[in-house]
Amino acid sequence: MTPEQLTAWLTRFAELVHEQKDELTALDSAIGDADHGSNMDRGMTAVVAALAEAPPADAAAVLKKTGATLVSKVGGASGPLYGTLFLRMAGPAADGLDGAGFAAALRAGFEGVLARGKAEPGDKTMVDALGPACDALDAAIAGGSPLGEALAAAASAAAEGRDATVPLVARKGRASYLGERSAGHQDPGATSTALLLQAAAETLA
Amino acid sequence: MSVGIVVVSHSAALADAAVELARQMLPGRELAVEVAAGMPDGSLGTDAMAVSEAITAADSGDGVVVLMDLGSAVLSAQTALEFLDDDVRARVTLSAAPLVEGLVGAVVVAAGGAGREQVAAEALQGLAPKEAQLR
Repeated sequence: MTPEQLTAWLTRFAELVHEQKDELTALDSAIGDADHGSNMDRGMTAVVAALAEAPPADAAAVLKKTGATLVSKVGGASGPLYGTLFLRMAGPAADGLDGAGFAAALRAGFEGVLARGKAEPGDKTMVDALGPACDALDAAIAGGSPLGEALAAAASAAAEGRDATVPLVARKGRASYLGERSAGHQDPGATSTALLLQAAAETLA
Repeated sequence: MSVGIVVVSHSAALADAAVELARQMLPGRELAVEVAAGMPDGSLGTDAMAVSEAITAADSGDGVVVLMDLGSAVLSAQTALEFLDDDVRARVTLSAAPLVEGLVGAVVVAAGGAGREQVAAEALQGLAPKEAQLR
């Protein structure tokens, strides 16, 4: 995977976030502090601008710059969480990114998110979309699927994980203050993570 | 030299007011208290890079105790550690203390010349006077 491909992925993610900014914020207003859409839009707009201003020479540098921009520009908890995801992806990416390499990088990013946020599966967070996506991607790559099919499987797993957050009771973040009242709402972080995987399936194969 | 203090908050107004309240305890005394709070456009939020810069600015070599409000302030402070030089990171304590009460306790002992561990311990005791009063 070239730096240009990764930039195309992140640019597509930024587009999807921008298009769905109001929906993301509406989800967050139901169970959080009503800023997920505007925060992610601000952060990803800054990422696209930073990558355009000085295009990084390799894949790891794209991921590092993306992470460093997000931890600074998002403002909410998604900043450190998405920022850590990309910063941790940069490590494995230094060896070059083929399909298996991308899966390993995404897994490293996921583990970074787990360590940073201390959320577990079922806590009604982005982990509930990202974990299933990593599992599906690993399984598809291990089974010999071409990258396009593997990323499509990861995107569907993320979307299913997002949908499965609806009945959950939030145990992390601002939504956890609501307790049982958080059940019945789709998690905004899992929703934006599903967009990240959708963007990957559309651009990285 | 003394231990530096950093306040991380979603809101610049909240952080500045907390620092004002705490500085009342330090008439005529110097103490490095840095704020990393809010977003440049005035909206609520935290910025890990700004926290990292505030820690560096507050550190005179004796270390830094960081007080935070909630949520992303905590995650941004943890993330900020990644961007510090190793020697600076080794002398930073992220405090679980309540922001206002912890800050007041921390500035008093820091201005008195206490070391980082003692400043952090004092911050954690910040709720004790209130608890005693309400018992």
